[in-house]
Amino acid sequence: MSNEQIKNLEEIFEARIARDEKIEAKDWMPEKYRKTHIRQISQHAHSEIVGMLPEGNWISRAPSLRRKAALLAKVQDEAGHGLYLYSACETLGISREELYQQLHSGKAKYSSIFNYPTLTWADMGAVGWLVDGAAIINQVPLCNTSFGPYARAMVRVCKEESFHQRQGFEIMLKLCNGSKEQKDMAQDALNRWWWPSLMMLGPTDAESVHTEQSMKWKLKRKSNDDLRQQFIDQTVPQADLLGLTIPDPDLKFNKQTGSYDFGAIDWDEFWQVVKGHGPCNKQRISARVAAWDNGAWVRDAAMAHASKKQAIKVKIAI
Amino acid sequence: MKSEHLYNYILGIADNSLILGQRLGELCGHGPSLETDIAGTNISLDLIGQTRSYYQYAAKISGENKTEDDIAFLRLERHYKNVLLVEQPNTHFGYVMGRQYLFDVFHLLLLQELQFSKDETLAAIAKKGIKEVSYHKRFSGDWIKRLGDGTPESTAKMQEAIDDLWPYTQELFDMTAADTAMAQKGIGVDVSKLKESYYKEVTDLCELATLKVPQIAYFSRGGKKGVHSEHMGYLLADLQYMQRTYPNMQW
Repeated sequence: MSNEQIKNLEEIFEARIARDEKIEAKDWMPEKYRKTHIRQISQHAHSEIVGMLPEGNWISRAPSLRRKAALLAKVQDEAGHGLYLYSACETLGISREELYQQLHSGKAKYSSIFNYPTLTWADMGAVGWLVDGAAIINQVPLCNTSFGPYARAMVRVCKEESFHQRQGFEIMLKLCNGSKEQKDMAQDALNRWWWPSLMMLGPTDAESVHTEQSMKWKLKRKSNDDLRQQFIDQTVPQADLLGLTIPDPDLKFNKQTGSYDFGAIDWDEFWQVVKGHGPCNKQRISARVAAWDNGAWVRDAAMAHASKKQAIKVKIAI
Repeated sequence: MKSEHLYNYILGIADNSLILGQRLGELCGHGPSLETDIAGTNISLDLIGQTRSYYQYAAKISGENKTEDDIAFLRLERHYKNVLLVEQPNTHFGYVMGRQYLFDVFHLLLLQELQFSKDETLAAIAKKGIKEVSYHKRFSGDWIKRLGDGTPESTAKMQEAIDDLWPYTQELFDMTAADTAMAQKGIGVDVSKLKESYYKEVTDLCELATLKVPQIAYFSRGGKKGVHSEHMGYLLADLQYMQRTYPNMQW
């Protein structure tokens, strides 16, 4: 294909996006579009399955049967999200094995927040309330993103995430209406998860490398800083309702902007965790690698069994 | 208490679901593939759901102002009535599927009888459970076939699991005092009568899966009487952690 032909295709492609048309897997797309989407969708899928670990950590210790069942269902939802996001990613011409390899080798990233430990039951509340809360803010605009399979997957993901967020808040509410020990546990969880949740919305706009192109492709509709502000404005009144204190002495409502001003984020900590040196980076990847490696014989057996059955079918047909 | 035998009978069934559900819950996020992970969690969820229905009923008839959580979390190890089979650890995926299948076949046979119980609540729980457990058995049975008749490595691993778990199967058919009392009233199931169908079905599947049916004379038992394996204490330490550390709180 000549350069001119490619240029024409690109113009048609950009015009389609501008008209809010969905791009489907079989449509022509620029190589950069394909690569960017593989990167972002797989990063999202990896976040779902790595995210199963810190919450899975409390399934065996959930404090009541009702909570145990709800947590099981929640972590199962995350596995489901991982499954359809990997499937959406596969439509772009990459296999799930390759994607796993990228996760295991450290080439692909996942949301840094999952590198923090879940130390108490209240962390199940805080993760649902704050982490899923921040995730929704990030993800709702993606329901209208330009790539069809991703947009459709996100519609379902967002519905379930919003349920998880309410569930997390409800765990916190129960703790805050409980004994002093329970309330302390809730405050401690908020103290530990607040700043990482703000960081979860990504580096400041000045440092965000992917923003401009992603905006054009509708992979992003608002900047990281705008999303962060939206998250803070939405969450502070909820903390008030719980009777908990946001661990930021500089947090103050600004009447002029109608938003909360907040203190400086420790971006050194953010980069430390992103670069692999957070409290649980090694454990999370080791757990994923172990699950994959220990499962190799199972997957091999399934393949071998399927081909034996296929061979029998062929034999009967002959 | 309205009926001590009925209470103990319900716990005898429900504790199996609780402990197996707990074991499967430990695996969430660590399965050999995303699909098996989701299925395992799903089975765990079904079992915990069934447990809740049974315990809620048991709590109601206990007449002691108990809740489902008191029954689930605040008993001593000696008072849990689950069979030894379900508390066996997740040694590897072959053990997980082996334990599941060896229990599922029994579980389905039990519920198919229990749905005709004269006790309406138990009959209703059983009816709902049949759908779920039919799926559990299909899932675990399919995996036994895949692993048994897969690669030489998987055959060896599946055989190892079946060999190790087989000695726990006979306990499933032991009748406790509560079983006998409830069976006589048409409320409970005479599990000793399920034995023949069970071994026939399990043996047939092992043959399909190219696995050898263990020929052993000695079986392990004790769970139904509250005499568990060494694994049980650790399982309960996890299960009971919150309720023991923070007594009398709402979650």
